[in-house]
Amino acid sequence: MSDTPGQLQSVSVEVRGLRKSFGSLEVLKGVTFKVNPGEIFVIMGPSGSGKSVLLRHIIGLETPDAGEILIQGEAAEGARMRDKYRMAMVFQSAALLTSLSVGENVGLYLTEHSLKTPEEIAAIVARKLEAVGLKGLEDRVPSELSGGMQKRVAIARALVMEPQLFLFDEPTAELDPPMAVTIDEEILKLKDRTHATSIVVTHDRILAFSLADRVAMFIDGQVLFIGTPDEVKLHPDPRVQEFINAKPPTSRSSLTL
Amino acid sequence: MFQHIGEIIVLFWRTLQALPLCWRQRRKIFEQLFEIGNVSLLMVCILSLFIAGVTALQTGPVMVEHGLGTFVGGSIGLAVCKEFAPVFMAILIAGRIGSAMAAEIGSMRVYQEIDALRTMNIDPVNYLVLPRMVAIAMALPALVMFAIPVGWFGGAMISALNPRIGINFTSFFQSLRDEVDSGDVFNGIFKSFIFALAIGLVSCHQGLSTRGGPRGIGRSVTKAVVNSIVLILILDYFLTRILLYIQK
Repeated sequence: MSDTPGQLQSVSVEVRGLRKSFGSLEVLKGVTFKVNPGEIFVIMGPSGSGKSVLLRHIIGLETPDAGEILIQGEAAEGARMRDKYRMAMVFQSAALLTSLSVGENVGLYLTEHSLKTPEEIAAIVARKLEAVGLKGLEDRVPSELSGGMQKRVAIARALVMEPQLFLFDEPTAELDPPMAVTIDEEILKLKDRTHATSIVVTHDRILAFSLADRVAMFIDGQVLFIGTPDEVKLHPDPRVQEFINAKPPTSRSSLTL
Repeated sequence: MFQHIGEIIVLFWRTLQALPLCWRQRRKIFEQLFEIGNVSLLMVCILSLFIAGVTALQTGPVMVEHGLGTFVGGSIGLAVCKEFAPVFMAILIAGRIGSAMAAEIGSMRVYQEIDALRTMNIDPVNYLVLPRMVAIAMALPALVMFAIPVGWFGGAMISALNPRIGINFTSFFQSLRDEVDSGDVFNGIFKSFIFALAIGLVSCHQGLSTRGGPRGIGRSVTKAVVNSIVLILILDYFLTRILLYIQK
């Protein structure tokens, strides 16, 4: 059952020649790719390569210096784009409003847009929290939750919007491996449940290969290669191989100070 | 500087446009009103009492010495309602509430809470700025209305208790009634309303412009308080000129 009005339809996203500089630092150097409706598209690359800035452009939080973003083939920017298509972003830091309770955070979109009565919102919030395994935590405040629980609340908050496009910024960053697996499962469940298009930004190879329909290798502000996880693993470019095959040091003695 | 002034004007305009949403934001407005009133009322009373007391202490003996004892109540009454109450209460609110506004909005900005609001199509001006602006614009004039009689009482008390002044309550308030009329009180309340808008706008703008981590929040808070106080004093001069011209 849909909790918010409107017909759900997953959307395509096309990024064409996107460029962005902050001062003299060029972060995005002509990024181009297309995400098909309903697919999980993972943008993988090392930290500091501009992945999060790219995501912020897609949802309209940044204005590009050049290039354009097309949603369902239509060029649009910022709030206008978010008016037309329901998009939700799960931030790396979860970005829950610390002055609100968990329940108020999850129901914020419905409350502020007066889309439902308080009773209906409470019921929807309970359902969404249950869906992410946090049943009954409505009255807690975000500071009482662990990092993984905060991420799941952020996913519940995004779910309430019934988005056509989900954006995840480093969903498993700073989480322990079991919690990372849980988040991974949540994202896969979302695909089954909502059929929404998902764009996931991560430097976590395990997450990328387990989730993705397609993976974009993003290095130094540019898309180097787009393919299925298997194609990425076999790609001959040394930078791709270096990133996906990098191993942690085996002993303390291998660390140089 | 000119960029900041332009941004503040735009913020003010967007807040005015959001005014029809006041009813929807009534809970947040009430929370802010309670926050401002609750934390400030006692301080307002203490400040007003002592400022008027010190004024009486400094001016009273000189006036009495020169045979102007009958004007002590009137001069203190005018000074309190037209200048001391609005200006000092505004400075107090800039320090207590302006800093809190800049810190809260600044921390929401730094920790991406404002970005999260925008992704949900919730305008930060409607959600964060409007309730604070409406609340401070209501609360500061109300606090000044409180501060004025408390200040008068402080002046009267010192005038009665200090042997070098020796003016009793009846004479003090008789002089005050002769010199101060409702227009003078309205003058001070109007000034405080303008100061409240200035504090709210400067503090919210600083919060929304915060960059960097905790150090950035600290910088925003300092700028919000300092800029608010400077703006209050500059506005006070021009408002006084305008109001004196109108009263003629």
